[in-house]
Amino acid sequence: MLDWLAHLGRLGLTLIAALGRSGVFLFQSLNGWPRSSEALRLWVYQLYSVGVLSLLIILVSGLFIGMVLGLQGYTILVDFGAEQALGQMVALTLTRELAPVVAALLFAGRAGSALTAEIGLMKATEQLSSMEMIGVDPLRRIVAPRLLAGLVALPLLSLVFAMVGVLGGWLVGVDWLGVDPGAFWSNMQASVSFRGDVVNGLIKSIVFAWVVTWIAVFQGYDLVPTSEGISRATTRTVVYSSLAVLGLDFVLTALMFSNLS
Amino acid sequence: MPNRRWVEVAVGGFMLIGLIALLFLAFKVSGLSFDQRSQGFVVEAYFRDIGGLKPRAKVTLAGVVVGRVQRIELDEEWFEAKVTLQLEDGLEGKLSRDTAAAIQTAGLLGDNYISLSPGSDEALLMSGDTLWETQSALILEQLINQFIGNSARE
Repeated sequence: MLDWLAHLGRLGLTLIAALGRSGVFLFQSLNGWPRSSEALRLWVYQLYSVGVLSLLIILVSGLFIGMVLGLQGYTILVDFGAEQALGQMVALTLTRELAPVVAALLFAGRAGSALTAEIGLMKATEQLSSMEMIGVDPLRRIVAPRLLAGLVALPLLSLVFAMVGVLGGWLVGVDWLGVDPGAFWSNMQASVSFRGDVVNGLIKSIVFAWVVTWIAVFQGYDLVPTSEGISRATTRTVVYSSLAVLGLDFVLTALMFSNLS
Repeated sequence: MPNRRWVEVAVGGFMLIGLIALLFLAFKVSGLSFDQRSQGFVVEAYFRDIGGLKPRAKVTLAGVVVGRVQRIELDEEWFEAKVTLQLEDGLEGKLSRDTAAAIQTAGLLGDNYISLSPGSDEALLMSGDTLWETQSALILEQLINQFIGNSARE
């Protein structure tokens, strides 16, 4: 019994210590980010590896999710003779929920795990320690560009996701199933508000971007430097970021949209 | 590792796609727009009540879509709805001057749209003209209220 209690206490202490470490880590890596052209170059390169290389998976899944929404929405709405509300349904679902959440989940799987593995391997092969030895701060050189790149890349990806999804819904609804294109767009434009839906979705994805990249980079930096440690940390990145995204999504939705009903 | 120029070009393209997506969501999806000037074959019609008619709703003639509702405004003199219709350019000078416009509903829960029915006047409808024969939207709730009111009195 006492052993069990002690175990629980130890677990709590480790958890709080890890939270504190990650907070300090975030502060240290963003503090004093140098505004030089070299820093800009590193940032652009990271933007390429987390953003541009994730573009394909975002485009393809966005298109298919939009097409599925169009098809499912049509089969339900057509029973009520309200298939003209399809555009509104597809666009609201995408801008409010699906684009930020699904893009963040895909980003955690595609880019987050890669960040963790990359930084983890650098730590395991003692590249980070060597950098410190020659007087280069690995937090600034390695971690900060990745954090800032993730922060910029995910909101852009989620905008692209929403656009491609709406186009996918249009493709299925209008082109294939024959919903009136004017009604499709006009119902959409009448019900989607730029401030209330598009901007709120963007705010969501900025929050998710913070959380996902922070978790990914910290897991990589804080892991046990063995091959097993790297594999565990990579798994933890995906699991923790997915849980954080889904949990935060509920909180944000409750804050943003609860007064709309 | 890809070379530096390619990385920069790709990142630039990525940001451009993101920007295009934002503009698409702003203008096409949420309908943020600047006031556009009317062009083509445009006619106006005044209605006492437009019900749930929205901009870009369809305009039909004999059931065939021949145009779109371009703009809906309030006429501040008579307090009627001023609806601007954009019709297919090919129809200019072919419809009669006394063409009638009626707001109808597609199905029980469907959208409102405008249905035109041709008249018999010799004079022809040109761009900028006004349709005088109009019929307002049928509002189901009002009908039900009237019906209930009548049957209660009897």
